[in-house]
Amino acid sequence: MLEIKNLSARSEDTEILKGINLSVKAGEVHAIMGPNGSGKSTLAHVLAGREDYEVTSGEVTYEGQDLLAMEIEERAAEGVFLAYQYPVEIPGVSNKYFLKAAINSIRKYQKQPLIKTSEFLDLLKSNLAKLGMDKEMMERSVNEGFSGGEKKRNEILQMAMLQPKLALLDETDSGLDIDALKIVAEGVNALRSPERAIVVVTHYQRLLDYIVPDFVHVLSGGKIVRSGDRTLALELESQGYAFLEAETASA
Amino acid sequence: MSSETAMLEAYSKREYKHGFVTDIDADTIPPGLSEDVVRLISLKKGEPEWLLEWRLKAFRHWQSMEEPTWPHVSYPEIKYGDMIYYSAPKQKPLLDSLDQVDPKLLETYEKLGIPIEEQKALAGVAVDAVFDSVSIATTYKKTLEDAGVIFCPFSEAVHSHPELIRKYLGSVVPAGDNYFAALNSAVFSDGSFCYIPEGVRCPLELSTYFRINAQNTGQFERTLIVAEKGAYVSYLEGCTAPKRDENQLHAAVVELVAAEDAQIKYSTVQNWYPGDEDGKGGIYNFVTKRGACRGDRSKISWTQVETGSAITWKYPSVILQGDDSVGEFYSVAVTANHQQADTGTKMIHLGKNTKSTIISKGISAGVGQNSYRGLVKIQKNATNARNFSQCDSLLIGDKCGAHTFPYIEVRNTSSQVEHEASTSKVGEDQIYYCRQRGIPTEDAVNMIVNGFCKEVYQELPMEFAVEARKLLSISLEGSVG
Repeated sequence: MLEIKNLSARSEDTEILKGINLSVKAGEVHAIMGPNGSGKSTLAHVLAGREDYEVTSGEVTYEGQDLLAMEIEERAAEGVFLAYQYPVEIPGVSNKYFLKAAINSIRKYQKQPLIKTSEFLDLLKSNLAKLGMDKEMMERSVNEGFSGGEKKRNEILQMAMLQPKLALLDETDSGLDIDALKIVAEGVNALRSPERAIVVVTHYQRLLDYIVPDFVHVLSGGKIVRSGDRTLALELESQGYAFLEAETASA
Repeated sequence: MSSETAMLEAYSKREYKHGFVTDIDADTIPPGLSEDVVRLISLKKGEPEWLLEWRLKAFRHWQSMEEPTWPHVSYPEIKYGDMIYYSAPKQKPLLDSLDQVDPKLLETYEKLGIPIEEQKALAGVAVDAVFDSVSIATTYKKTLEDAGVIFCPFSEAVHSHPELIRKYLGSVVPAGDNYFAALNSAVFSDGSFCYIPEGVRCPLELSTYFRINAQNTGQFERTLIVAEKGAYVSYLEGCTAPKRDENQLHAAVVELVAAEDAQIKYSTVQNWYPGDEDGKGGIYNFVTKRGACRGDRSKISWTQVETGSAITWKYPSVILQGDDSVGEFYSVAVTANHQQADTGTKMIHLGKNTKSTIISKGISAGVGQNSYRGLVKIQKNATNARNFSQCDSLLIGDKCGAHTFPYIEVRNTSSQVEHEASTSKVGEDQIYYCRQRGIPTEDAVNMIVNGFCKEVYQELPMEFAVEARKLLSISLEGSVG
């Protein structure tokens, strides 16, 4: 589904990604771990198309297409979803309106008829229930005045509503207490399917107790320095990132 | 210069020339302003002596005044002596079909979903007999007459209801109030008069659109609305499509009078020609609007959505004379390209327990300059007066400006004044977030801007709000990208 080859990117004059190689197939869950500043979030945003980053080399193929040549909204409409670490507030625009606008923009792109209001409301209701969210939240402005946990839950709600093919979760666990973390993880797990791939970016292994990955990659200094299965995450937890950095430095 | 601009230029020039040639044998007086011109205007309209005197007094006063320089706008000198002050009926050359109209204008009408016959009327195409505007207007007239509401052209009211005009004309905005109001008082062409008798709730939302001739009232319009005890009226002004109009200066005056328990809701959607992308041309909209809450518990609300004009200079105000009276001002002002706006309100609290609310939303894009200027004045006897002001500015791009000039004067200790102000940018992160959810940039900007204006839109009558939304998206088209 996703093929990243030798991807390098920078922000202004700082080189952040220095030759990433990663292959993600449908049905898989990948975790990308690494210390602060290793480039985890940058990778997620480069895939989403954030314009602050400049891709200096490499290529990304998504479903057989050149992902880097696509506009941000095209990527979204083709099924790429990014759950933000810091969801953005949009005053005066209700969550409900925003969600419907997103769904219909994507449908328009896919040349499908717009969603019927009743269908939309049914879908919203069932997803709200799954995530233990209050219906009243949908009348509030997008993320405005939401607590950290509410914002993260709202991201997962959007993901559930948009049903992406490739879901990128950027530090979705940060700022969540254990109960909220479980609910969010359940929401993500509910989306696991043979047609869908999920890439979880996280600093801590804690989230991976609930969203169990098929593969774990460790990013350090803009490169993937280790890849493995779940046990790699556990190893990291017991030993910390320090040994990796030492390893990288001496290599 | 783009081809559309060139076309528009050519179009307006052609019309200008045309106006001179055909109008001379019709009813146009030579350019220039003098006492004789004022006399001539009054004579041509067959006005009574008292009204001529009133005009002359205003004219003499105007001569002694200076054009204000305090607004935060700049424009080349207006040559008052070169303007034509009377041309009635303001003959615009009628075009034979919509094919002759600037395609850009038609595109805008299309986006606003304006019916084809209405488009013709707006663009100045001869309207054929199929469009039964007369019968529509007649139906409305009958409904209003049955309710006892008077709604007619100002010049007609001077003859049919002289006692009312004489009583109320200039009673809220005195002839010498300010430079532009004085000019208007001297040479005003026409406008609307509206009178709601005691206890009557006007059965229709009044709109100048339904009044024949309303479109050609010209550049010095005069509106007077009187709501007697317990009466209610909602008045919609303006036209949501950009009007084909080549007048440079619009100096209108609007006066509202609300008696005891009366309510007047005045909504404006203004979209005069803003000038081209380079800031050439466009209307100077210098308007004096003021309402007087004369009676106890009366209420006046101004709601405005200003997206047009090259320069806007207007401060719809309320004088809260009656005890427990309420004044409201809800405004969205957009300045895109080279537009400039210095707009706001004045709330003058005289009565006890008077209350005022000001919600102002300024949006700047391109190199537009948007200023909020507001005065809240609470006099000594206005005990327990309350004011709440909120002035928010939204910037799109980094070459535009937003400015706030609040003036607050409180002369007693029992009153309470709150002022909140904010400036925000349509953030790249907001647009990125929307796009990541599949919403294209243009739609994202519309959504963010509409969200910003929500509190004002809620105050507009339903259909107006829908059109205002569309209008705003058209005005801001291409401002991000």
